[in-house]
Amino acid sequence: MMISLSGLLGQIFSIALALVLAPLLTGWVGMCRAWLQSRSAPPLLQPYYMLRKLFNKDVVLAHGASSLFRVAPFVVFGCMVLACAIIPSLSTNLPLAPAADALALVGVFGLARVFIALAAMDIGTSFGTLGGRREMLIGFLAEPALLMVIFTVAMIVQSTSITTIVETLGHRELAIHPSLAFAGIAFTFVSLAENARVPVDNPATHLELTMIHEAMILEYSGRHLALIEWAAALKLYAYSCLGLALFFPWGIAGGDSFLALLAALPLLLLKLVIGGSVLALIETVSAKMRIFRAPEFLGTAFLLAVLGLLVRLLLELKA
Amino acid sequence: MPNLLAIDYLLIAASAWAVIGLIGLVAPRNTRFIAKILFPIGAAVGLLAGSVALLALGGTPQTAVLVIGLPDLPFHLRLDNLSAIFILLLGMVAAGISVYAAGYFREGEGTAPGLLCLEYHVFLASMLLVLLADDAYAFMVAWETMALSSFFLVTTNHQQESIRRAGFLYLLIAHVGAIAILLSFGVMTSGSGDYSFAGMRAQQLSPFWASVAYLLALAGFGAKAGLLPLHVWLPEAHPAAPSPVSALMSGVMLKTAIYGLLRVSFDLVGTPLWWWGVVALAVGLATALFGVLYATVQSDMKRLLAYSSIENIGLLGVGIGLALIFHSYRMEGLAALALTAVFYHSLAHAGFKSLLFLCTGSVLHATKERSLGKLGGLIHRMPWVAWLALVGVLASAGLPPLSGFVSEWLLLQGFLFSPGLPHAWLNMVVPVAAAVVALVAAVAGFAMVKFYGIIFLGQMRETSLKHAHDAGPWEKAGLVWLALITVLLGVLPATVILRIDAATRQLLGAGLAERLQEHGWWMLAPISPERASYEPIIFLVTIVLSVWLGRWLVHHLYHGRTRRSPAWDCGYHFQGPRAQDTAEGFSQPIRRIFEPMFRMARHFPTARDKQPYYSVQVEDHFWHWLYLPIARLANWLSTLITSLQGGRIAIYLMYSFITLILLILVARP
Repeated sequence: MMISLSGLLGQIFSIALALVLAPLLTGWVGMCRAWLQSRSAPPLLQPYYMLRKLFNKDVVLAHGASSLFRVAPFVVFGCMVLACAIIPSLSTNLPLAPAADALALVGVFGLARVFIALAAMDIGTSFGTLGGRREMLIGFLAEPALLMVIFTVAMIVQSTSITTIVETLGHRELAIHPSLAFAGIAFTFVSLAENARVPVDNPATHLELTMIHEAMILEYSGRHLALIEWAAALKLYAYSCLGLALFFPWGIAGGDSFLALLAALPLLLLKLVIGGSVLALIETVSAKMRIFRAPEFLGTAFLLAVLGLLVRLLLELKA
Repeated sequence: MPNLLAIDYLLIAASAWAVIGLIGLVAPRNTRFIAKILFPIGAAVGLLAGSVALLALGGTPQTAVLVIGLPDLPFHLRLDNLSAIFILLLGMVAAGISVYAAGYFREGEGTAPGLLCLEYHVFLASMLLVLLADDAYAFMVAWETMALSSFFLVTTNHQQESIRRAGFLYLLIAHVGAIAILLSFGVMTSGSGDYSFAGMRAQQLSPFWASVAYLLALAGFGAKAGLLPLHVWLPEAHPAAPSPVSALMSGVMLKTAIYGLLRVSFDLVGTPLWWWGVVALAVGLATALFGVLYATVQSDMKRLLAYSSIENIGLLGVGIGLALIFHSYRMEGLAALALTAVFYHSLAHAGFKSLLFLCTGSVLHATKERSLGKLGGLIHRMPWVAWLALVGVLASAGLPPLSGFVSEWLLLQGFLFSPGLPHAWLNMVVPVAAAVVALVAAVAGFAMVKFYGIIFLGQMRETSLKHAHDAGPWEKAGLVWLALITVLLGVLPATVILRIDAATRQLLGAGLAERLQEHGWWMLAPISPERASYEPIIFLVTIVLSVWLGRWLVHHLYHGRTRRSPAWDCGYHFQGPRAQDTAEGFSQPIRRIFEPMFRMARHFPTARDKQPYYSVQVEDHFWHWLYLPIARLANWLSTLITSLQGGRIAIYLMYSFITLILLILVARP
């Protein structure tokens, strides 16, 4: 396996781009939400101000915190960097992409989830364990749905490699796959749940009875919290790029020239801006659900994904 | 030194284990000698057996005839690639468990140490013979020795009634299974009287009789492995046995049943029919889903692991079913993919489940507690055990880059090809089965987070836990060895699959080796890199590099000051250990979502209670729907028969007389 220098540079560039763009995407969603709710919007760079503030603060560790509690933010951050590294955002020429296909990508998200849930249980507070339990609940409902979405796409393309999926789907004629529509809706549901968004969770709440993600990270502070917030932004970015790669792959460069990358960049930004505002719109028009409605919500996603798979097998393969 | 074949070394290993066991009887009360000398020697023997099997993989089959046995009916033994994989598993895992046992067994645990040493090593030797047996007679003798020795091991603490009951249940189901296996062998000889496996291979069975033999084998080996509905002994026997024995039973003995099922369905019975695979797939899916859901609601740490073993056996059943379906349609390349997943998951599960059972053993010794409700916070007192258990937990949850993920990944890749099946509805139903596998894998994560979080994290739920101590050096060594196996299986999948490919090739005539060899050792691409690839080592390095980069940046760009203070918890002041989730509380969402799956007895507190309490007990539906009716039927029949027994000898003589008259009437020449 020879890695070309431009491929390596492209890989490093895409990781750096993810690290830079992820907080901006979160900031953009926050702005859109504020506008839609007729509030005055925070600046676009608000997540950056937040990160700078947190990095400059002391870490306040609870007395009962173990070494796992201190390691977990770094592991979660590392997992999200890897996820962003293997999802094609600008180009499909990613030397790291063979390291993990779409199934392994689900595994990366799973690894991060288990670590953050364990860290939440580490201090032994009531909210921590509650958050950990709820996160695992959402996780085990969302993960099969995500896998089925990937299965549907993988059966169309005959590959689970994300780069192959993008190359095949991006360069075919504009055929309409009904199965992809089902998979797309299911994927949207899963992304909302996995990124702690309304209607499953609310990233802006500290209301005891409703929080999931925030309940887990209550005891984190300083640089640990900064890493977790950054990782959450990276996760949103990764899911957005995955959705774009699976359902709107047009415009992602196939070659490895730096110019092609630069040409792909404005299109990516445009897609992210639209995607972020759609997310804000969904969050604004829907109400937060009770936690025990979440299984119905994600069960629907799972069934939609399985339906997509069946549609693929029944209609499209026979045709 | 004469030229010894691999099989000779394995026979030496088996005899060495038997001799070690007998030496244990010489000084039955000398715990020091037995634990610190005999068990480590047994571990070395296991390492030898495992290494011999590893070297023998890919070689030609070797046979041997043992003079013991009945006159004219000696034991035939044979070492081929299929046996070699499972002997590799047995040897390597047993080595770790024996080293651990050297530090674990101590005085005053029921059975005398010497007797325990005998039972333990006879158990090991009999498992080795099961894997080597080449005729039905030797197989059944070794199989029964294995069942009996493990029964005695399960009932080590036989003073307790619950343990005696668990042992009895185990023995009962083991024998129901053994009868089915015996009948299956009988069908496969089809009256020729030749009980050697070579003779069975030569028989051309009609599809009907072949199906009968297969179904009997599935039932028989399924009883040993824990397939539904014969799984009930597992959650009883595993908590009853001492931890090294649970580890051995769950990690290794269940795999001998998988070996038997593979031996019969791929080797002895001839070409499979397509619906055999569907049966195995369906039973496997049901078992896996059942096992994992019940694992999440357990409050006893060893019961939780026992149900998790049921789940993993179910996944193995799914893999075997998928391989059989592909094999029956002569799609050998894809069958090889599914079968490789089965072998890999057998190895992976043997490693991580033994590791987890041994960790519960250390927790049990340190705290005297098995109930999750009385544990917690042990990572502070037992950091070694806690961090090593984390390796097992992550592997068991099927997370990359550890061993459990590789087999899951291979299995899902196998499912992705099933639309190519030339069968009208199979090619639609089988891919949907992958949805259930995905659900099982995800719920397994929930169960494992519960297991780990409640035992090792949080605040200590009892004050006595403050005096818990970490594992001793022998125990640590055993745990480290098994964790190492788990990590290596996780990061070097291509290397391992190249070794075990010989067995796949032997059973199917096809393997994954050619395609794997096209790429480097770091890349697992069973079909082609464009189709699917997984590089765990790159994966691991990238995560470690990002973690390290993150740490470096954080420490150099910002000051790294840390203060300690009481936990904040949204300002909630009552933060005692009772405010944490209990084991029951943690699994409440599962009980609520999958309510019909459980048989629950709950008590809710009301506003008027003087001492309000909440309790929930989850029981197995199969007990009430299947086992208790059978038990009642057996009771009813025996009461009927009791009425025949008057207790007077004259009446018994009269029965004999009537029988005699009837026989004379019926059996006239």
